[in-house]
Order: sequence, then C-alpha cells, then structure tokens
Amino acid sequence: MTAQALEQRDFAVVIGLEVHVQLETATKIFCGCSTDAADDEQPNTRTCPTCLGLPGALPVLNEGAVEAAVKVGKALDADIPEQTRFHRKNYYYPDLPKNFQITQYDAPICQDGTLEFSVEGETREVDIRRAHLEEDPGSIKHVRDGTGNLDSRTVAIDRADYTLVDYNRAGTPLMEIVTQPDFRSPSEVRSFLNKLEEVLEYLGIFDSTRDGSLRIDANLSLVPADEIRDDGSISEEVLEAANRTEVKNISSHKGAEKALTYEASRQRNLVQRGKTVEQETRHFNEAHGSTVSMRTKEEEKDYRYFREADLPPLQVAGWKETIDIPELPDARRERFREEYGLDAESASKLTSTKEVADFYEQVAETFDPDLAATWVADNLLGELNYRDMAIEDIDGRLDEFARLVELVAEDEITTKNAEEVVLRRMLDDEMAPDDVIDEEGLGKADDDAVGTAVEEAIEENPDAVEDYHSGEGGALNFLVGQVMQKTGGSADPGSVNGMLREKLDE
Amino acid sequence: MSADLNIFVTEETLDSDADGPLSGKTVAVKDNISTEGLRTTCGSAMLDDYVPPYDATVVERLKNAGATIVGKANMDEFGMGSTTETSAFGATKNPVDPERVPGGSSGGSAAAVAAGEADLALGTDTGGSVRNPAAFCGVVGIKPTYGLVSRYGLVAYANSLEQIGPFAPTVEEAAELLDVIAGPDANDATTHDEGADSDYASAADGDVDGLTIGVPTELVEGADDRVVETFEAALSDLEAQGAETTEVSLESVGHAVQAYYVIAMSEASSNLARFDGVRYGKSGGYDGNWNESFARAREEGFGAEVKRRVLLGTYALSAGYHDKYYKKAQDARAWVAQDFDAAFEEVDVLASPTMPVLPPKLGESLDDPLQLYLTDANTVPVNLANLPAISVPAGEAEGLPVGLQLIGPKFGEETIVRAASAVEN
Ligand SMILES: [Zn+2]
Repeated sequence: MTAQALEQRDFAVVIGLEVHVQLETATKIFCGCSTDAADDEQPNTRTCPTCLGLPGALPVLNEGAVEAAVKVGKALDADIPEQTRFHRKNYYYPDLPKNFQITQYDAPICQDGTLEFSVEGETREVDIRRAHLEEDPGSIKHVRDGTGNLDSRTVAIDRADYTLVDYNRAGTPLMEIVTQPDFRSPSEVRSFLNKLEEVLEYLGIFDSTRDGSLRIDANLSLVPADEIRDDGSISEEVLEAANRTEVKNISSHKGAEKALTYEASRQRNLVQRGKTVEQETRHFNEAHGSTVSMRTKEEEKDYRYFREADLPPLQVAGWKETIDIPELPDARRERFREEYGLDAESASKLTSTKEVADFYEQVAETFDPDLAATWVADNLLGELNYRDMAIEDIDGRLDEFARLVELVAEDEITTKNAEEVVLRRMLDDEMAPDDVIDEEGLGKADDDAVGTAVEEAIEENPDAVEDYHSGEGGALNFLVGQVMQKTGGSADPGSVNGMLREKLDE
Repeated sequence: MSADLNIFVTEETLDSDADGPLSGKTVAVKDNISTEGLRTTCGSAMLDDYVPPYDATVVERLKNAGATIVGKANMDEFGMGSTTETSAFGATKNPVDPERVPGGSSGGSAAAVAAGEADLALGTDTGGSVRNPAAFCGVVGIKPTYGLVSRYGLVAYANSLEQIGPFAPTVEEAAELLDVIAGPDANDATTHDEGADSDYASAADGDVDGLTIGVPTELVEGADDRVVETFEAALSDLEAQGAETTEVSLESVGHAVQAYYVIAMSEASSNLARFDGVRYGKSGGYDGNWNESFARAREEGFGAEVKRRVLLGTYALSAGYHDKYYKKAQDARAWVAQDFDAAFEEVDVLASPTMPVLPPKLGESLDDPLQLYLTDANTVPVNLANLPAISVPAGEAEGLPVGLQLIGPKFGEETIVRAASAVEN
C-alpha cells in the first residue's frame, strides 16, 4: 500500500548541469598550436609534442585562457581565488594523449556564481557551484573496413574494425561550468543555456558555430513535489534519497530540452508503475530523441587526482579587478530602452547578440533610433531569420545594410521597395543596395518625371477627369494608379495624389 | 671497451657546427633525454623503436655550445633503479671493476665518463640517479636545484623531483657543463631566471677558508665503516684547508625514503600511463576491449621494476589510500624541506657520504628491492627538498671509489661547486 501511495504522489523534476564550453583563444591551453580549424584540415596536423603528449613534452599555461575564464567568472559574479592551480585526472581513454587530463580540482578559477535568465516571462536564477579550466581531449572515430569515404564507414564501436584518433582538438581550452541542481524543468535548462551562450558570446570568448563548442552533461531526478520548500529549495537529504541519472552526449540547447523531457517522462513512467529508477549514466541519442542506458556499472570512478607539478600555481588575486568585461546583455537591454526609447521587445531583439547590438548602435548613431530599430530588429533580423541565417552570415557586409537604412532615411527610395525588393535581393543575390536600385530602376522618380506623368494621365483619361469633377471618389484613385504605372512605381503615391488634385482643381 | 661494459644503448655521433664552450668536447646523453631523429628508449622495450621528433632543451643547448654527442647512455628502465640492471638492454658494468654495478639509474652516463668513452655526460637525478653512479664510478656528478635546468624533452619518471645534471672527471668541467644547460626555458614552466648567466665553473677555486660544513648525523650513522672512514678523511682534509665542520641533525630524513618512493611511484603511475600500446610499444592483435589491449601492451612492454612501481603508485593515489600514503608523503616532504631550511640557517653546506655502501656486485642487489631502496637514504632527501647537491670522489676503499656529497641551499650551486673543488685538492 505504501508503494501505491508513492505512485500517487506528485513529483517534481530536479536537474543540474555540467556545461563544457570551448574558450576562443588563439592558441591551445598548454601549447602554441592554433585552435582555429583550417577548412581543409587534415587529422593530426594542428599538433606539437605537448598536445600529442609525446614523452618529455611539458605543458605551459596559456594565460589568455585564464583571462577568458576570469571574464566568465566576472559575468557569473563568481569568486576568483588568490591562486589557481592544476591537477591531473587519471583515466585511460584513447582520445586522451597522455591518459590523464590536466584539469582543476581544489582551486578552480571560479566558485560560487549565479546566472539570471528569464523563462516564460519569469526571472529565474541558478547558482553556479564552480567553473574550472581543463584541456579538451582529441576526437575518435570508429570505422568499418570497406570502400567509400570515411564518414560513410564511421559506425558504433561494437561494429567497428578499428578506431582512428585525431589530436587536432586536443588541448583546446575548455571551461566546465557546474550548476547546482536548481532547474525544475527542461525548458528552464534551455533558457539557461540560451542565456549562458549569449553571455559567453558577449564576452567574446565563445563561438557557438564551432563544432563541439558546447557539450552538456545533465543529471536529473524526481523528488516528491511536496518536499520542495516555499522558496523553491530542496533539502540535501531529499536530493540524496532520489536516484538520479546522468545524461551525456547533449550538444545543443534544443537537444538538452529534448533529452531531459524524454528522461523526465521515462522516470515518471517508472515511478507510476511502482518501479525504481536506476542510478546510472545514459546516453542521449539525438536522432531518436531518447536516452539509452550505457550499461556500465555505476561505480564511483576513481580518477586519482593529484597536483600537476609541471604547472606552478598561478597567482590570480587582482585579476578580477584588472580584466575588463564588456557590457552584458541585460545591462545593454536596459540601456537601449532608456537611451533610445525602445520598447521591451525591440530592445530584447536588438541585444540578442553582441554583433546585432553593435550594429544597431552604429546605425542609431547616425539615423533616427526608431527607424534604425525597425530596420534592424524587424526587417533585417526578420528576413535573416526567414532564411535561417544569422547576423554572423553577413558580418562582412554590415556597411551595405547601413547604407540601405541611409537610402530610406534620406528618402531616396520608398520604404516598400526597400523592404520588398532591395533587402531581399541583398540577401538572396548578395548585391549591394545601390546596385539593386540601379538594376531594378527603383530610384525615386524626380518631380519633373512625375509632373509629366500627371499631365499625361489627365490628357489620356478625359472620362476619369470628368468623373472626378462630378464628385466620383474612385476617379482620383484610378488616375493615381495611372501615374504610378507610368513611373514604374518609383513615385510616392501621396505626393502624386496631391499633384493630381492641384492640376485638376486649377 | 664500451661494448664490454654495455655503456650505450645507441652509439651514434651527432656533430655540431657551432663554436662554443663545448667545441671539441664529446658528451654522452642519458637515454631518457629526447634527441631528434635518434631513438630514445629510456632503457625500456616499450620505447625500443621510439624516435623523438624533437630535441630536449638541454640537447639543443649542447649543440649550440658546440658539443659532439657520442651516444645514448644506458640506464635503469625509465630511471627506476639504482644499479642500471633493470635496463631492457642489459646491465652496464662499472669501469672501475666490471664485476660491479656502476650505480644508477644514470649508470651508462657515469660509466662513459669513467671509461673515457666521453669527456662529459648528462644524466638525470630523481632520487640520486646522478650522484649515486658518480660515486660508484669515481666521477663528479651534480644534481641541480629543481627548476635550474629545463626538463623539456626529459621523459618523465617523477616530474616533481627530477632534474637533468652533468657528469665530468672534475668539478670544474661538471660546472662548465652545468653552465651550458642551466637557465630559464619557455618550454618548462618550472624553470626560473636563475642560471641565465651563470658562471659556476669559476666557482671551482678550491677556496673553502671560513666555510661552515654541517654533517647530518643521520646520514652518516648507517653507512658502511669503510665508507665512513674515507668520508671522514676527506672532511679532515677540508678542515685543513680552513673549513669548519659541525654536526647537525635532520630529524625528518628517517622518513625520506618512504616519502620519496610514495611520491615517485605515484607520479610515475601517471607519467607512464601514456605508454599503452597505441602509439608506443607493441600494439594490436590483442583480443578484448581497449582496456584489455592496453593491459597486454603494458604487460609485455614494461619490466618487473617498472610494473612494481606503477602498481604501487596507482595504489597510493587511490581513493581510500590517498590520504594514508600520498598525502602523508607530501607532509613528510614539506617537513624534510623545513629541516634543511633550518640547517642552512646555521651552515653553508651539508656533507655526507653520497652512498652508504660500496658498489655491489652485479646481480647481488636485484633480489631485495627494499634493501636497495634503503641505499638511497642519503640522496633522496635532497630531491624532496628541491636542493642542489654534488657528488665528488673522496678517495677509495678497497680499491673502490667513495663519493662525498655536498648539499647546498636552493640555487646555491656556486657554494657546492666551490666546496667540492676543495675536496679534489
Ligand atoms: Zn600543440
């Protein structure tokens, strides 16, 4: 009967995250190799004795990576210690050149931070337990013998004939950000990740377009809903008592929401049927949208952490004061509302990425901020979104888009043409705005040409003129249409209207 | 002659065009120091065919100084041993008495200098591996302060303890070689500014007038009588030259050997993890998953002493034992360092027999590793405390060389070179 009671209790979802982000630095964390993947990069070419883990090679800390980490710490309002140091995490894995990973253990670069984000209009705050620096391993591919390209022969390990290792990625600086189990739904996780990525991009230390730049492990458990305190917190005992699963292999925000939604309902189903949730590690299968047990015995892994003597401790007291970070998205949003008088929605759209915000400010400096907001937030972002593009895709051509706003602001082209023809062709055909205008003949007709067209229209349509004089309303519209046709749409309908009246009423 | 003594693992000459302080000098390089294009085995079957694609910093400095490298000297496998008998390429014999061991782990390097196969040699010292064979072969060997010489390219055994150091027939020549290899290196974050413009060689002036030499009773007590006799005679000689000797006590050193082995083995278990058969050693053809394959490759590639130390080190770092062994050893290490600091408040250098015993016969010590570990009692405290030390020939007992060890404060290389040069007088 107690089982029955348990089944009928209402359960809440509790989620904690470990987010691995690749930091954008010019060189790897412990050697001078570039972190930039070349377009035609061959495996194992972006390497040196250190990141290959050759016997005798030593790590030297890239202080740029520590600086980037301190920026993250500042943005998360975390504590930066007086001194930070590195440990070895020992385990055998073929993607690990030395069979240990240099990471941080007892003196991580950031501790006790928070990140605020909004979900469905509500503001939420999640505590960051710690964030530490470490080296990325290499990457491996399990391959089947046969013909055809490698990708088509890449298979699951149990079907592979051999495994290939590529160390190009090895030594890329990683930051592992560990949250408290503060999330209560998969959609909160997604909003948090959006916000985190936004902040990291604002800091200029993260490139979301890079393959593998964000990797997420999540742990999820169900706790009885009535155990959640009024302030939303849960006691340690309740958390300890709940069996949790760790879900690995999540690589996107959408994936995180999907994986955790699946995992939450899987656990709910088990509990409702009176079964227990196994404490285990599960693998997220992105294609199927499900999680599968990794069928490994869940034993506490012993990584035999100990100090990395090759890297002396780094004194970072004071770094927090000397390293500046740019204005973060929340602050910038607030400023946009005040400084440019934007509404909440436009301000939010215009600060969605640092690049959009920078572009908006560049345009708003010269032209009317409202006009700039309409053009950047509605027209440009709308058309980009429609094409599945982002501002990064046109970042070499932002001047051309500023020129388009200028053409509209200076009244050299109608808003309608600018929106419907010029902007679209700029995006679809990668043309400059002036070229589109020339090719389409969209330059606003001069008054002489319009005047001639007005005269012609009156001359050619005596019936309509008569109707106008007898007070028939439709006649004027007909004549306006005639003038617009003659000018190829480049005249302003309002002013044509006025000119016609003037002529007819003479 | 060298073939008989088995001094080199690989005998190959690397000439240098550079004109420098070592022009015309031949140097033997211990086989755990990377030489570009020349195989570097660490005395292990695991690295039988490993050819480094880069030079260690010290090798680069040798070449820039005009030295001619004459070969890669034999050693205990990965430096794990003190007789050069654990090498996968066979034991090296002591040129003084070919029935005896040359000491180790840098036995090939010491023997090369003693036998005249090279003018100079480089060895490495993790717990005495330069000073021990220097003493047994009757040559000079220096273990520099941790961080004075770059370890970039030295295949790590216990990276928090070891340093590359010179061998030479005389103190002055050893100091000259140290001058060439010392100094900061951007590739080794543990190096310092010290040693950048060193001139240790000119400190070999034999002037010990007014020098205070402390003699730690703990490092003399357990030694062989014949060794103590020779050591004391050398001390009297230094007193005759104006030095003052005084007894000091280093209470902590009784724990040094245990602490040293726990730390060295722990670090070794991690440093040697990369040798898993994928890129080094015999690979492939094994059944089972990759863990099983790694285990097979390591079982076949490593010798018994390496396996023993890797297993013990893994154990010492394991959850549940870490505090009992590894952490305790770190505490003992800190205590040893403190003891030395206190001693150097009172004295300029410390002196002891380098080795408490005379060189054993080949094969004699292999059966009892624990007994062998104890012969490191006088050398390991120096590594635990990151200090410089030199072993200089103090005389002979029963026709066998006895080494005298002089220990200095951190970066006190000049002082130990000066004092050692007086022993030669
Ligand atoms: Zn590299």
